[in-house]
Amino acid sequence: MTNAKAPSRKGAKGEGRGLTIFFFLKAIGMALSQIWANKTRSFLTALGIIVGVASVTAVIAALTGLKAKVLSEFESVGAARLYVFPNRPDNVPRAKFPWEKCRLKVSEAQAIMDQCPSIKGISPIVDLPMSVESDTELIDGMTVNGIWPAWHDAVGRKVMRGRPFSQIDIDTARQVALVNEAAVTELKIDADGNGGLGEHILLGGRRFLVIGVVETTQARMLGMNSSEAEIFIPFSVAEKLLDGWYFMQFAAIATSPETAEEAKAEVEYVMRRQRGLQPDDPDTFRVAALDQYINQFKSLASGVTAIAGGIVGISLLVGGIGIMNIMLVSVSERTREIGLRKAVGATSAAILLQFLLEAVTLTVLGGIAGLVIGKLMAVSLTFIPGANLEQADVPAWAVILSIVFSAGVGVAFGMFPAYKASRLDPIEALRHE
Amino acid sequence: MSDSIIQLRGIAKVYRVGVETIHALRGVDLDIGRNEMVAIMGSSGSGKSTLMNMLGCLDRPTSGEYMLGGRLVSAMKTDELALIRNEEIGFVFQSFELLARQSALENVELPLMYSSTAGGFRARRERALSALQRVGLGNRVDHRPNQLSGGQKQRVAIARAILNNPKILMADEPTGNLDSATTAEILALFTRIYREGQTIIIVTHENDVAAHCQRVVRLRDGRILSDLSAEEDFEVSPYVEEARATQRRRAAAEEATEATT
Repeated sequence: MTNAKAPSRKGAKGEGRGLTIFFFLKAIGMALSQIWANKTRSFLTALGIIVGVASVTAVIAALTGLKAKVLSEFESVGAARLYVFPNRPDNVPRAKFPWEKCRLKVSEAQAIMDQCPSIKGISPIVDLPMSVESDTELIDGMTVNGIWPAWHDAVGRKVMRGRPFSQIDIDTARQVALVNEAAVTELKIDADGNGGLGEHILLGGRRFLVIGVVETTQARMLGMNSSEAEIFIPFSVAEKLLDGWYFMQFAAIATSPETAEEAKAEVEYVMRRQRGLQPDDPDTFRVAALDQYINQFKSLASGVTAIAGGIVGISLLVGGIGIMNIMLVSVSERTREIGLRKAVGATSAAILLQFLLEAVTLTVLGGIAGLVIGKLMAVSLTFIPGANLEQADVPAWAVILSIVFSAGVGVAFGMFPAYKASRLDPIEALRHE
Repeated sequence: MSDSIIQLRGIAKVYRVGVETIHALRGVDLDIGRNEMVAIMGSSGSGKSTLMNMLGCLDRPTSGEYMLGGRLVSAMKTDELALIRNEEIGFVFQSFELLARQSALENVELPLMYSSTAGGFRARRERALSALQRVGLGNRVDHRPNQLSGGQKQRVAIARAILNNPKILMADEPTGNLDSATTAEILALFTRIYREGQTIIIVTHENDVAAHCQRVVRLRDGRILSDLSAEEDFEVSPYVEEARATQRRRAAAEEATEATT
């Protein structure tokens, strides 16, 4: 007799009732079959999510690639670098700190070198606009930099061919010059095929021997120097050519990236002492670590990321409204089914969860499709020549974030239809149509 | 009636539709014992649908008490009623109410989705399979509803209803969408399940369907008009002999089929 069961067993059965793993498996399975049965409708509904996730994934991938490229070139050598600029403080009487007092002096560079233990090398840099002449070319207003030999270390640009300046070049103010590849090309001094070495050029009418070619680094891309061609001469020579006011800055390098902060503090201390500034006087100079440029770039990148995030937010909102609409349609189409489910024992919570799971399944599938498309876009970005996007890739956090956001949209916009479904009265629902 | 599985005491149901007040049930007392097969009859508006919803724990009375298997279900909350429906009550509807995209087996399994005590995957499947075998559809488990005849669809629905060995099997016009031959087939199935020990309540307005039951409860204007055995009921009794004869023929035919297979 099938009905011959003890009531006590039934009583015990009611204890600790909850939704089981079978419920979730069934609910997701039914959601998938529902999506599959309405392929076109589901695709169109999820399109907002797909487009949103795909576009943000591509933007993040591009930014990640650009960041990786720029930062790797900077951080390999750049984190230990410092620059010193003259800086007239704001909000103080002009008469107290005239430009003459703010200008950097060579003696200050020497003092930094001698007194700062965390500084490995320093070089003053002075820019001279000059006319430059080779055998065949004449270029007016080219920038000529006066430097110390430590400049190569300080800015991380080595001599590729030939030799750097020696101490003798500096001490005796020899008229020797270093050039970069662009200068060799522009001045056409590579006639004999040795890359410009041993050629003579005229700087402001004086004859200089080209003794080396300096490498050009990607770091220039960030706008430290806009001119392509560069010429360098010993600082002592440049000093002689200068007349009147000139603008000087220092480039220095700390002993390691870890000591960069210390080095900056030391430089500030030495500079203040050199200038005899009182404790309450403001700095009349500015020490900039290359970190600042990196930070600038990073903040730019995060700005773009934020804008992309806003765009994706809007498309997810639009996608979410589509999801809500289709779920409302689904609830009204399946009113009888909901009535039946309630009749066979589904609680309101179970119905709510089931329809939420259906919305989430739809949006997460949309998110995954969007990620796949975004990844394909990221891969195709790496093939654009000259875009500096070779390292474009979708980072793991973007994948996780996309899925979480898609699921969140499913929950947020599926909630109202699911709630509506859960509130249906089984008697009314079974009478529907 | 100490063996009563269902005890209704002074059940009343009042609806308010706008300013109008509708007394669907006006104090119903009813006892149904274990392993009875009862027909509930009445014209539309008599309150038989309301009574069925009440008995099926889909609805709660405005006043009165309902004891099901010794538990006072009239005082239960919505979620507790859902649990009662899941474990104690099986529903069979006029229009089958099968999920179109699910196989017969999956349709039968449906109530287990909302049960936390149905055991593991294999146990669930086996339970659904044995229910399908009980209604004679062991060879149709993977068929979708659109691949089944009307009678087969209703068999699937019956399998779903008896899956949890419910205290009561509620059938609301179970043959309303079926032709006479299939009606006989389904009523024979109900009779067999009844003989296996199941308590069955059939809501119908057809005398020949009610003739298959042992007891006929008639409602009018929200009250019980009569509560008689099928033979005593003036309108049903002419059909009883024929119903019994049909059942005997069916039983014989089924035994013959079982013998050959």
